[in-house]
Amino acid sequence: MNSNLTYLKRKTTNWVMSRLSLLFALLTLLPLALIFFYLLSKGVSALNLDFLTHLPKPVGEPGGGMANAIVGTLILVGLACLLGLPIGILAGVYLAEFGHNRFGLLVRFTADVMNGIPSIVIGIFAYTIVVLPMRRFSALAGGVALGIMMIPVVTRTTEELLKLVPVSLREAALALGIPRWKTIVSVVLRTARMGIVTGALVAVGRIAGETAPLLFTAFGNRFWQSGLVQPIAALPLQIFAYAISPFDDWHSQAWAGALVLISLVFLIGLFTRLLLKSKYSLRGGQ
Amino acid sequence: MSPSAPEGSLAWRRTPFRIPLLRIELRIPNWGEGIFKSLTFLFALSIPILIFVVGLEMALSSRLSLAQFGWRFLVTSTWDPVFGKFGALPFIYGTLVSSFLALLFALPLSLGTAIYLSEMAPHGIRGPLANLVELLAAIPSVIYGLWGILVLAPLMRQYVQPFLKATLGFLPFFQGPAYGVGMLTAGVILSVMIVPFIASVSREVLLAVPQSQREAALALGATRWEMIRTAVLPYGKGGIVGGIMLGLGRALGETMAVTMVIGNRPDIALSLFAPGYTMASVIANEFTEATGNLYLSALVEIGLVLFLLTIVVNALARLLVWRVTSGPKGGIRE
Repeated sequence: MNSNLTYLKRKTTNWVMSRLSLLFALLTLLPLALIFFYLLSKGVSALNLDFLTHLPKPVGEPGGGMANAIVGTLILVGLACLLGLPIGILAGVYLAEFGHNRFGLLVRFTADVMNGIPSIVIGIFAYTIVVLPMRRFSALAGGVALGIMMIPVVTRTTEELLKLVPVSLREAALALGIPRWKTIVSVVLRTARMGIVTGALVAVGRIAGETAPLLFTAFGNRFWQSGLVQPIAALPLQIFAYAISPFDDWHSQAWAGALVLISLVFLIGLFTRLLLKSKYSLRGGQ
Repeated sequence: MSPSAPEGSLAWRRTPFRIPLLRIELRIPNWGEGIFKSLTFLFALSIPILIFVVGLEMALSSRLSLAQFGWRFLVTSTWDPVFGKFGALPFIYGTLVSSFLALLFALPLSLGTAIYLSEMAPHGIRGPLANLVELLAAIPSVIYGLWGILVLAPLMRQYVQPFLKATLGFLPFFQGPAYGVGMLTAGVILSVMIVPFIASVSREVLLAVPQSQREAALALGATRWEMIRTAVLPYGKGGIVGGIMLGLGRALGETMAVTMVIGNRPDIALSLFAPGYTMASVIANEFTEATGNLYLSALVEIGLVLFLLTIVVNALARLLVWRVTSGPKGGIRE
């Protein structure tokens, strides 16, 4: 009788815990559903062709859009790639090919720690090294801030994906008498090029929505940017400015902007996932 | 070609070319190897250097405030730009309290989710659900902020805060007027943001627990939950703690969403309904308006404190996660 009771108790605990974990998983996903519900219900109605092709209107005037901010975000991401990709990819190549030593471990560790540095701190850094000497907010400064944030992500993903290149390919090239560096450039990097693109996309997806490092570097702009050394608009900055404003009209524009931004980020994410799938098929073929 | 490189150096081809008639040995240098390796080495080196330079640059830029206030900067609570008096205590307090609240809410949710995703869920839906959690992590923080200020804060003001006041109002944490924005709302939005993060790291850690651990527990007659409690969780403990600390690191430095819902008032209040301020949000709000070098330098010093704090938290977290996911030593692994 007693053992029967214990058994019942154990089974009940098991049942309760499994339901509880399901409940917590659902609670975790609840905000996702809520955020999407609001983004779609409030964003779609404010989203139209004008929004994508026009400049912001002054307060009180209805209509207008965020065309300059959308273009601005693309420019900033492009600048960030110019800085972040070469550094990240080459550092990743080092880690994958030569990094099996203490120095490699140090770089891996610092890259991971750097990944956790708050973006606002990177913003201050970009401010002190770009904005202060140039005495103006600029697209360039924003690009530097975002580029620095890209480096650790690109480095680590490049490393991981280079390691997926089968050893037999390397060995085949080396056996033909090709020097190691040529093997890396023309065999390993070539084989892993989609992987490197994937790493770049992961990083772009992470920085495209960053706001904090742009606040005092790119600064924002209500008009078209007039060059890379002038303040530039960015979608996240515009969403922030509109969200904390007291105007309903601007709030709905902020929702529309958020919808555009999140579509951008998710499209990049989806693309990454598809690329990764094809990546693994390469490995499976071996 | 100058044959001046040391004998046997890898940068030189071992077998020289012989030109028979002239009896000259030509050594063709294989520059590529060395150049390529040092090039990638330099770029790899740039990462540790970059971190160091960020810290150095911020220390230099905040020297004015460092010199004027010293350690008192961290423990005084006057923030008065007009009279040039700066103390960071309200912001440090706000950052710590909002992050603590976030962890408090996020812990059960993220651990429950990780356990569900790696142990409990039917196999077919594990992948898709994990993808949804990752999706949650990919949402930019400004969108969390937008949702927080326009949807969550009004909800808190109308329903949650009055309810808490009615039921737990005797506690000092739930007193005072309900503005909607404030410390509690910041904690909630932060927890929503760090849950997917902790959950996916913990899930990876649990997936790294060897199957033999589970089988051993099940073979001894354990129920599924007993197996998780006695064989899986203890094995992945270090990594899970690491994941939690990674989440903490994110919460400490999170800027936009918190700035939008915390109320931005540099007061230290016991009530969680009261508006607060965090280190990251004071920088976000006041940096471009900072007039005078001392003001700017005080803000940079807050940034420096935040930088050091997150470095320590992240370094510890990484070490803990690495130790688990890179394969544990000994035990029943093989």
